[in-house]
Amino acid sequence: MPKTNAIGLTKADYKGAPSTLCQGCGHNSILSQIIAALFEMSVRPEDVVKFSGIGCSSKAPTYMLSRSFGFNGLHGRMPPLATGALVADITVKGIGMSGDGDTASIGMGHFKHVLRRNLPLVYIVANNGVYGLTKGQFAPTAEKGLTLKHHGQNPYMPIDVCLEALAGGATFVARSFAGDPKQLKALIKAAFHHNGLAVIDVVSPCVTFNNDPSARFSYGWARDHEAPLHTLDFIPPEEEIWLDRPLEPGERRPIRLHDGSVIVLEQVREDYDPTDRFAAMRAIEESYKREVLLTGLLYIETPDTAPVVRENLFEILNLPEDKPLNRMQEPELRPPRDALEEINREMFVA
Amino acid sequence: MTLQTAPRAGVHPSVPEVVNDFSITVGTINGTGSQTSNLTLLRALFRMGIPVSGKNIFPSNIQGLPTWYTIRVNKDGFVARRETHEIVVAMNPATVHEDMEKVVPGGVFLYADHLRPQGLREDVIAYTMPVNRLARESGAPPRLRDYVANMVYVGVLAWVLGIDMEALHAALAYHFRGKAKALELNYKVVVDAYQWAEEHLEKRDPYRVAPMEATRGLILADGNTAAALGALFGGVQFVSWYPITPSTDLAETLERYLRRYRVREDGKHTFAVIQAEDELAAINMAIGAGWAGLRAMTATSGPGLSLMTEAIGLAYYAEVPVVVWDVQRVGPSTGLPTRTQQGDILFAHFASHGDTEHILLFPADANEAFEFGWRAFDIAERLQTIVFVMSDLDLGMNHWMARPFAYPDQPMDRGKVLWEEDLERWEQERGVPWGRYLDVDGDGIPYRTVMGNRRPGAAYFTRGTGHDEYARYSEDPEVWHRMVHRIKKKYRLGRKYLPRPVADATGAEVGIIAYGTTNQAIPEARHFLEQRGIATDYMRVRALPFHEEVGDFLARHRVVYVVEANRDGQMAMLLRMAYPRWADRVRSVARTDGLPLTAAFIADGIAGQEG
Repeated sequence: MPKTNAIGLTKADYKGAPSTLCQGCGHNSILSQIIAALFEMSVRPEDVVKFSGIGCSSKAPTYMLSRSFGFNGLHGRMPPLATGALVADITVKGIGMSGDGDTASIGMGHFKHVLRRNLPLVYIVANNGVYGLTKGQFAPTAEKGLTLKHHGQNPYMPIDVCLEALAGGATFVARSFAGDPKQLKALIKAAFHHNGLAVIDVVSPCVTFNNDPSARFSYGWARDHEAPLHTLDFIPPEEEIWLDRPLEPGERRPIRLHDGSVIVLEQVREDYDPTDRFAAMRAIEESYKREVLLTGLLYIETPDTAPVVRENLFEILNLPEDKPLNRMQEPELRPPRDALEEINREMFVA
Repeated sequence: MTLQTAPRAGVHPSVPEVVNDFSITVGTINGTGSQTSNLTLLRALFRMGIPVSGKNIFPSNIQGLPTWYTIRVNKDGFVARRETHEIVVAMNPATVHEDMEKVVPGGVFLYADHLRPQGLREDVIAYTMPVNRLARESGAPPRLRDYVANMVYVGVLAWVLGIDMEALHAALAYHFRGKAKALELNYKVVVDAYQWAEEHLEKRDPYRVAPMEATRGLILADGNTAAALGALFGGVQFVSWYPITPSTDLAETLERYLRRYRVREDGKHTFAVIQAEDELAAINMAIGAGWAGLRAMTATSGPGLSLMTEAIGLAYYAEVPVVVWDVQRVGPSTGLPTRTQQGDILFAHFASHGDTEHILLFPADANEAFEFGWRAFDIAERLQTIVFVMSDLDLGMNHWMARPFAYPDQPMDRGKVLWEEDLERWEQERGVPWGRYLDVDGDGIPYRTVMGNRRPGAAYFTRGTGHDEYARYSEDPEVWHRMVHRIKKKYRLGRKYLPRPVADATGAEVGIIAYGTTNQAIPEARHFLEQRGIATDYMRVRALPFHEEVGDFLARHRVVYVVEANRDGQMAMLLRMAYPRWADRVRSVARTDGLPLTAAFIADGIAGQEG
């Protein structure tokens, strides 16, 4: 008998169509961790909706959660597509799958603006520094000096998705590695419970076009250079714990999310404070100098960590919580006759 | 205060009076508040019961460049733009000589005295106005003097033309509702100017207005407001937009009304309006919302539409209902951002790469802007597709006489949407599993579920890539062929949901086809043609694709002139494509210069080709 979760589903209930991504593609590992995270949290697949743009990353949602609605839209346009859709039913949780080109190149503008709006969405960037479907061009996240088979050396500086997210006012920023499933799964769980936009930039190596061990986005380099900030555990709201005193280096630090769930961080770098946006930006800059892949929860804003918590888009739009917009019908939507009579009277009448 | 407004004597006896039949053009500087004065004149004349129109010819500029406003007064209801200007008011030193040249021989040239025009024309009747002195003496604080200065020409024109002062007061009271001081100050300037004119001017021109009953019960409204109200009563739920002239105030007005009529007692909104980062985002948001079951729309103009084209193809092929208002301006490129054109017809109809043919609606006036405002959602949801409403700057931003807006005469049509229990029933009745793109009714329209439907089996994966009846990814040639032809069938059979053409035909040999705002000039053009012995039938197309009546109209006429405001005769091209058998009957009468077409141009264009 396969194992079932609290709502009686097996892991198979979270699966999608068979993957057509390359064997060993990091994106497959990301999908496995999304599936595992939702299964373990006993989330109904019907309560989830998937969005994506274009690229290998954006094909991935087909290969998970076939019981969830999904929309694979246009290149770079996942954020606005998800924005429009999620407004329709705020009880559905959105997962957006994007890639380095989709987010940091063609869709950079939308990425920055969905951050501003703080749309409740788990925004995963499957980042491998290379264009796969078009066969091996430099992505905007590729490191300067990267050499690719058909394109020589990359002469440009990379865009760091996490830095952009931090500068854009993101309320949840994490970086992970497809080869670090435990950490990735914990981050996905935490992101799922975050009350706003949660960005997870995942180094997700492309085994076909960018996996030379010298390349920053390869399995070899990432494994050898990963520097986790902390180990993470995610504790769902029903298992509430709370602890409120100064932390000693190496101690476990709980961060409570708005719904009562808790992320427990066991500090590896004793001086790292994931509630300090500037510290996060500095740590990322330093990681380039130190030549490491810094992973973990880089930044989070919760009711306990920020004096003023940013409203999410649904709150800004003042949407009803008792009934999704898309279940409203004519009596709720079409103003009555006397409203039009009133409007007509207010026009300049001859 | 009530003043004597009876027409004065003094016109040269050999010149007959011209009553309720002329155009007034005011040349001012953009950003000086002249719009208030111009609207006051327009409303006062309208309140007097006289048919009017007001056309604002303004620059793409915040402040400083020349701007003109033309009011046409016509007792017969012909209120399209004309080439001639009988009365010209000059308030702008930069254009005073140009403005003087505009006046027809025998017309009136009214100018601010500080402009000191050189070489006043002998063949016009010139009146001067001490604009700055009256503004100064009005008691207005210095910062308001430029604004109230524009009220001087209102008062002087009231004296020259005999405009009813009570109507002017009513117009000002409407404009300054709730602002008693502003009303008092502005009306005082109007009265002072009137009295100054009475004391210092001698009426020498033949023009005057006289009260009529032709506008009783009508309202004045701009098309953008009408469109916004239509959307409001269409139950719009989601609006994403990016500012662009001339569509901006459609979205802004809509949001204002939504905040008034669609906020629940608990303060929660039953709508969402998002000013997007660009038009790419605006259309993608609207598509997301339409896909998720909301009545979703965006409003834009040509450059924005250009940016939206990739997403338009997605909405077409993934079959997502969404409404796009295109308030057309002059293109290509940035073009003339503040001038009007019917230039996006071909582009919108075929927008996207690959095979598409979109639904276009053509509102001709404010009432249709309202009606198509709500109807567009019914069509989009019924046919599960993108619907364009092709307004233009002339309709959107100018004031039009209209009947009071009529409440929708049909309940909202949400189309074939399956919620949990509907899906259950659907599958029981048909005995097959539901598939998103299955054509079970034979009308090409499948059934759809929307995000948030929690019934197992309701979810499906939407994509712009090839897909089969069950929304599964497919590159199978047969599947692609089948799917795009099923969509084509949906459009062919779905025409019955679109507004039918309106015809006025009495068996003439010569036909006229027009659409949208060009309709405004057609009755007068037909009148001119009749005077020249050319009887015409008229059909106004209100939607694409064409209804069969359009083909019948071509079949029944020796020749059909297609009148439109663009360079190449875009609708004429579509007619020749749709009806190759009658292609040689289709003649184009087309022009684009940024201004609405005139009846004289249309009549000359047709008479010229008739030989």
